[in-house]
Formats: sequence, C-alpha cells, structure tokens
Amino acid sequence: MNPFQYTRSAAAAGAIQSVLKEPHAHFLAGGTNLVDLMKMGVVLPERLVDINGLPLKGIEKTPTGLRIGALATNSAVADHPLVLEGYPLLSLAINAGASPQLRNMATVGGNMMQRTRCNYFFDTAMPCNKRVPGSGCGALTGINRMHALFGASDQCIAVNPSDMNVAMMALDAVVHVRGPNGERKIKFADFHRLPGDHPEKDNTLERGELITAVDLPAAAMAFNKHVYYLKIRDRSSYAFALVSVAAALNMIGSTITDARLAMGGVAHKPWRLQDAETFLKGKTADEDTFKQAAAIAMKGAKAYKYNQFKLTLAPNAIVQALKTASA
Amino acid sequence: MSKLSADFPDEEGLLRGSRRDFLKQSSVLSAIALTPAQIVKAAAEKWDERFADALEKVTVNLEVNGVAHSVNVDPRMTLLDLLRENLDLTGSKKGCDRGQCGACTVHADGVRINSCLSLAVTNEGRKITTIEGLADGDHLHPMQEAFIKHDGFQCGYCTSGQIMSAVALVKEGRTKSREQISEFMSGNICRCGAYSNIVKAIREVKNNQV
Repeated sequence: MNPFQYTRSAAAAGAIQSVLKEPHAHFLAGGTNLVDLMKMGVVLPERLVDINGLPLKGIEKTPTGLRIGALATNSAVADHPLVLEGYPLLSLAINAGASPQLRNMATVGGNMMQRTRCNYFFDTAMPCNKRVPGSGCGALTGINRMHALFGASDQCIAVNPSDMNVAMMALDAVVHVRGPNGERKIKFADFHRLPGDHPEKDNTLERGELITAVDLPAAAMAFNKHVYYLKIRDRSSYAFALVSVAAALNMIGSTITDARLAMGGVAHKPWRLQDAETFLKGKTADEDTFKQAAAIAMKGAKAYKYNQFKLTLAPNAIVQALKTASA
Repeated sequence: MSKLSADFPDEEGLLRGSRRDFLKQSSVLSAIALTPAQIVKAAAEKWDERFADALEKVTVNLEVNGVAHSVNVDPRMTLLDLLRENLDLTGSKKGCDRGQCGACTVHADGVRINSCLSLAVTNEGRKITTIEGLADGDHLHPMQEAFIKHDGFQCGYCTSGQIMSAVALVKEGRTKSREQISEFMSGNICRCGAYSNIVKAIREVKNNQV
C-alpha cells in the first residue's frame, strides 16, 4: 500500500478542509472498498481523512420521511425497525449484498461511493479509462460477462455494484451533501452518472463534498407491503449481481395502483425502469402483464460478446421479482 | 504527523508513494556532514528508518480481549496485522487479506468485522475480541466446544474466523433455519467444506441456550 497522510476529523467542516489539501485525498469511513482498492494499487491516496468520529450515524423520523446518517452502517440500516416497517425493500437489498462482517463495517455513504467491480478496473496491468483516463477500455473487447446493457459508452461499460443503491433509486431517496460552499441536496437519480466521456467520475459530487445523510420520502412507504429484491449471481450468496431487480408495488386487490422498479448490474448507475412502472399502473398483477413490463424495460438494451445471456436473464428476473412482490 | 510531505511537489504525482524513500535519501545526504564512522553507526542503527517512522506513525488506543493497548502504528497497518504482528495474537488468520474469506473475523464493540479491511488507526477507543479472548481460562466457549464435538473443521485455517462469526450469528438471532444460518455465515469460506458440521455446531449452541 502506498504511504499516505492520516487525519482524524471530529467535525464535517474540518474533514472537508482536510480533504481539500491534496488533489488525491479521500474521506475514509468503513474502508471496506477503499482499503481493498489501496491494497490492490488501484487507488493511491495521498491523504485519508477518517470521518468515523463525525456524528452522522443516526437514523430518525423526520416530518417528510426517514433520515439515515451517512455513517450508519449497512447492518444498522437493514435491521432498523423504521426501515423494516416503512422501507422493507431497502432491508432486502442491503442484506443481499456482501457478507454480515462487511455490512457491519460498510456505511451508507461509503456504499454509495463504492467503485465498480470490473476486472479491468482492478487489474492495474490492463487499460481502464475509469482508473487511468485515456488509457482505453479493456472490457469493451475483453471478458465483459459482468458488464452493462444500458447507458454505456465506448469509454466504459462497467456497472455500479451496489445493491443498496438499487433500492434507494426505486424509493426516490434524496442525498444530503456538504462541501466547501455549503450544503445541497441531490436526487438519488442524479447522484450516480453514466460514463460518457468521463468514466473516471462515478457520481456528481464536487471536490471536497461529503455525503452527510440520505432521506427516504414518506411517500415511498406506500410501497411497504409488496416488495422483493431479486439478485441473480454466480453463487447463492456473497457475490456481486449479474442482474438484480428491486420491485415494489402498491396494490388494491390484484390491481397495481403504483409501481417502483429498478435494476442493478446492468448500468454504470442504478437503473430505474420508469416506462415499465408507468405501464404497470392500473394493470392486473399477472404473468402476462409482467412480461409486457419486462419487454418495455429492456428496450434499448445492448449486449457485448460475453453478456448476451443478460438479455434473457434480465427480463426473466423482472418477471420473477414482480411475481414474488405481488404474491 | 509529518509536516514535510505537505511541502512535496505532488502536482505531477511524481513523488507520490515515495515519501519514505525521500526521507531516507535526505537524511543520508545530511549525514555527509558527519564523519565516516558516524555514518556507519547511523546506518547500522537504522536511523533513517527510525526518523521516517517517528514522522509517520500514529498512536491508536484500543482494548483487545480486555487489555488496554496504546500502540504507534503505520497508518497503512490493518487491525489484523496489528493483532498478529504487534500483539502476538496469531489466532486471527490472514487468508485472502481482501475481505472475501472471513478468516480474519474479530468482534469490534460486539459486532463481527473483517479485521483485514479495517485500518488499525480507525479502531481508536474500540473494544476488540479475538478468538484468544473467547475462552474463560481453561473453559472453552460453548461454540469452541461444539466445533470440536461436531468436527466443524479439517485443516483449521478458517476455524477461528468461523467461530467468531458463529458466536456473533447466535447473538444476532440469525439461526432460525439451516438456510438462514448458511446465508448469514456466507462471509466465512471453508476450503475443506466443513459447512454441514459447522451448521450442526451452531444449531447445538443455539438449542442449548436458555
């Protein structure tokens, strides 16, 4: 691991000032992703600003929903009574990711900042525009089995690996950040970005900005009865998604009054399926409806040499997730 | 904390990762003013190394198995390496060193974590329990007894991590079914495939609880 300066911060303002000191400084929370990347030589920070002492661990009701502090651990969120009651989709998604040990360490803010698991990003001997801008994309003509179906560019076809993000996306979460110029809110849908010409940028945070909390709106609690997070992976647990589907339905009898759908493992950001959601409104919950919704969701999908199977797997996963959620 | 490095030219990233080398070179340069005998003595006593260490190390105070420790560590050191290399607690194993195998599992403030992905310096004020801290003198922890009784291991390399994870699992109440045990033990890999006996050991401990 390369040497770095270590700073412990007790307040957000100080942490932000510390991280602005060097161009390659990072906030350090749970470290489950960053420390791994540093061991691999993929990320070489000059300074780590330890924010674990900041008072950002709370999970509390607000007049508009639920506020989750950026330093709340994945386990604390998944097991929290208010999350289980109001936003069970988030619990399911978090528990589908990583292992219990990692979920005890990983934080909500850190999970949002998680880098891709693309092998070409991890292998420092290979080209990767995300790791070294301008070096090329190894995955484009390489082993691209895990890679994107939607929103990719000829610079990068990597996918966002987080399960939590898929549920946050479906639940219309709002991200609170604080930076050198004050505080602002970012819609979860606008937090992660598509690769375009700048795959090195995973998200829309500005330099020095720190995630402080994530808000779940009260309106998303309407989807607390019919939810499912289906994750398809190479083994039955503790692996990254080939495809995952977050499905949440609001139903009266067998009629779907409203739907939330998002996919993981298919794009550079959690992929919301808004057209399929619109289609599902007012329809009867049956396999035929779900198949049509899946077909709508898959419009525009583009596969590469080794991930063609996802073109079949993804719509089937959507149908299965909707079936389980509506049952 | 080093102030020197803040003055380094780093715009090109040329010196990134070479701070210690720079310090070594610069202290060797300043040693030119010394007599040859002094240089030899300084080199033999590794003063360059010591100078660099003093600038770079960070103090961390933590409690391990009920004993308070205050240690100066390189910020790059993981909790696992601190336990194994500095505190001679070699029961926690280094398997993958990347958070994928679970052999390094310890409890931090009562919850199970991968000590290989936790930088030692981030454990300030925490209470750590390792496999060495489970037994009460000569009396093994019930989970240790159950692993022996049910042959919950072959080679034993993953065992301390499995046991630390299993103790936490029972405390978390994730033992309702075989499937739930498997899912919530998935962060601990066993190459020998002792899984079915590990599940038996866990179920016995759970069933013996009042």
